[in-house]
Amino acid sequence: MHRREFLQLLATAAAGGFLLDPRASWAQGERLYDVPRFGNVSLLHFTDCHAQLLPTYFREPNVNLGVAAALGRPPHLVGEALLKHFKLRPGSAEAHAFSYLNFDQAARTYGKVGGFAHMATLINRLRASRPGALLLDGGDTWQGSATALWTKGQDMVDVCKRLGVNIMTAHWEFTLGASRVKEIVERDFKGQIDFIAQNIKTTDFEDPVFPSHVMKEINGVPVAIIGQAFPYMPIANPRYFVPEWSFGIRDENMQKVVDEVRAKGAHAVVLLSHNGMDVDLKMASRVRGIDAILGGHTHDGVPAPVIIRNAGGQTLVTNAGSNGKFLAVLDLDVRAKHVADFRYRLLPIFSNLLPADTEMDALIKHLRAPFQAKLDEKLAVSHGLLYRRGNFNGTLDQVILDALMEVKGAEIAFSPGFRWGTTILPGQTITFEHVMDQTAITYPYTTVNEMSGAMIKTILEDIADNLFNPDPYYQQGGDMVRVGGMTYTCDIQGKPGHRISDMRLGGKPINADKRYKVAGWAPVSEEARNAGGQPAWEVVADYLRAKKTIKMPKLNLPKLSGAGGNPGMAG
Amino acid sequence: MADPMRIRATMQGDKVLVRVLMSHEMETGQRKDSAGNIVPAHFIQSVTAVHSGKTVLTAEWGPAVSKNPFLQFQFAGGKSGETVQIIWTDNKGDKRTDEAKISS
Amino acid sequence: MEEMIAGRRRFLQSGSATTVFGLFVAAGLIRPEAAFAQAGWNKDAFASKSLNDVVKALGGAGATPTNDISWGATPEIAENGAVVPINVTSRIPNTQSIAVLVEKNPNALAAKFDFPAGTDPTVSTRVKIGQSSNVHALIKTADGKYFVATREVKVTIGGCGG
Repeated sequence: MHRREFLQLLATAAAGGFLLDPRASWAQGERLYDVPRFGNVSLLHFTDCHAQLLPTYFREPNVNLGVAAALGRPPHLVGEALLKHFKLRPGSAEAHAFSYLNFDQAARTYGKVGGFAHMATLINRLRASRPGALLLDGGDTWQGSATALWTKGQDMVDVCKRLGVNIMTAHWEFTLGASRVKEIVERDFKGQIDFIAQNIKTTDFEDPVFPSHVMKEINGVPVAIIGQAFPYMPIANPRYFVPEWSFGIRDENMQKVVDEVRAKGAHAVVLLSHNGMDVDLKMASRVRGIDAILGGHTHDGVPAPVIIRNAGGQTLVTNAGSNGKFLAVLDLDVRAKHVADFRYRLLPIFSNLLPADTEMDALIKHLRAPFQAKLDEKLAVSHGLLYRRGNFNGTLDQVILDALMEVKGAEIAFSPGFRWGTTILPGQTITFEHVMDQTAITYPYTTVNEMSGAMIKTILEDIADNLFNPDPYYQQGGDMVRVGGMTYTCDIQGKPGHRISDMRLGGKPINADKRYKVAGWAPVSEEARNAGGQPAWEVVADYLRAKKTIKMPKLNLPKLSGAGGNPGMAG
Repeated sequence: MADPMRIRATMQGDKVLVRVLMSHEMETGQRKDSAGNIVPAHFIQSVTAVHSGKTVLTAEWGPAVSKNPFLQFQFAGGKSGETVQIIWTDNKGDKRTDEAKISS
Repeated sequence: MEEMIAGRRRFLQSGSATTVFGLFVAAGLIRPEAAFAQAGWNKDAFASKSLNDVVKALGGAGATPTNDISWGATPEIAENGAVVPINVTSRIPNTQSIAVLVEKNPNALAAKFDFPAGTDPTVSTRVKIGQSSNVHALIKTADGKYFVATREVKVTIGGCGG
């Protein structure tokens, strides 16, 4: 960062009433990105950017509960517990990047995060100091914005090619449909980007759909990168997008692939994973011979790797956050055919500290130009901080739920526990682009159904088990379904089918046999696709246009049981 | 008569890996049609795999095996170019036999 | 959410159909054997409701739990309850047969495979699983002993991930 920029930052901070740490100096920016080269093999990794081409705000969660073995262990630490565990200084830029603490003020001080033009600058710098470094994309890249939806992922594909991505795996990409994914991989990526996944097989003869891995020589060191796509795509998202493909964790096949690449002479084996961090931690304990897992899916910004010992030695497990907010740098010192030492940094991308790369900036402007007017439509002004991320309702989900209930005349609303979606600061104008940041999917249909109380309980129990099953292999990632209208109690340590209780509507207990009018969106069934249903962005945009100002929504949080003292919850 | 099976038999080292996709409704007898009548059970009950006159696998199935069943197994003693034969019989007495050459 | 409802509806339908079928059998309107015509097919085993009853119907006394079975690509969570890949490999010496049982299906036994000498004790199939259930792999050895390993397979209504 230049002195002039820093002075501007100070002025902004003063205007915002935010007291900067007195030890902070203009050199902080330089220090943050001063990452000396180490070893002979370098991998740069970003994941789950959810198509956010421009800098945004993104608030990390204040609720990310771990149960059983995951209790109190990364990534299930939030706020001060997280800062303490990773020795991050309160009030520092990094503390802001990795935690929700003091978010509104800190966001005004440090500015927006991410943006591909700013990430490009950082990547170019790191590549200059690290010859041969590979750039890995962990997936959830082609979905999450209006322009990615409207161009069927093409804007992101063009940007990633320009950025110099070498290897990729995927999840939400598959919601563009199998043929579109194949088209991009076979046409756009040909000869440039390897698309890898050991865990996708055809549903007929269980043939591999993509290569399981790619071998690269980096500074004379043979390195294998293995791909792991999101194992539960056809369950968490509509199966009709990939009817002829089957996914799953497949850790026995993973072991086979690791053994195969070791036999082929790999001195370092790295897994580019979209398992989610809890699944990666379990996989690292079971599969031998992986040196590092560069992980994503669960959107956990984890400052340092978790080291898992296993029969083959040790495996580093990382997770590199989301929304283009971070770039991970893994430096390996590979000697005598094995990884002798490593350094890992998860670098927050502060767009004020990293000037935009001119070429990338121009490309992004060019890609967005046809849509600019539509994106910029001003819908309403927000009084409160609107965010999504967290195990239960975020304020932005609450706006969606309130919109669904009001527009559809429903007494209860459900909204999926997606972990993507940008944050809106108090006083900020909500644009159509912001609404698309929360709703841009290929199955945006809203639904209205009559559901019995018993059915509502079954649904909540089913989703709670995807989040709080003590065995990560039985979790799907994502957060608890957001619930509007109805209150309930959730025992996060309860047994399957016994976590949800005391469901009430307007203070009165929900009757198992009574039918309630429930609105929702993002249905995964083919019947719902055929039924149509107004896209969620229309419902939310109409609601915002009519309201003009959005007061801080009242969060409908469940009463929690079994979460006392859990360092995965704060605030 | 049911559609032919799709059979792949390939050498995997010194073993023959056999993968079969059969075409069969595998009705459980517990499903109702649109008129509300129970669709009678109709499913493959027995499967036999034969190589060079020798039985290399037998199976008994119930209606819980999925529609258009898949079967994979492996045996020793086969060679590229030889034939593997698969025979199934269902609960209505329908029978189907198909074969495939072992490829390397 | 629609999928959740549809999924639940399907589940309820299959559940009620089971009951209806059960009633017909109880009332003598359907004779189980009428549907089960094939000679050599162990109708008692396929009509059994539990692991123990299946073992008995197959001629065994009981099954010893074992860890010497690997589940290969058998999923933890089913993508489609109508088509759940089951992949079982036995490391128990002299394995003669492998049976696959779904505890919560109306009838537990789904399939049984017999391996003559020269055939490896490994098999893949695909089965229907109506609701989250334990799946058992039941192994019989050449000396008539039974062993069992169990894997939970979750059948979920889906959605909401990511």
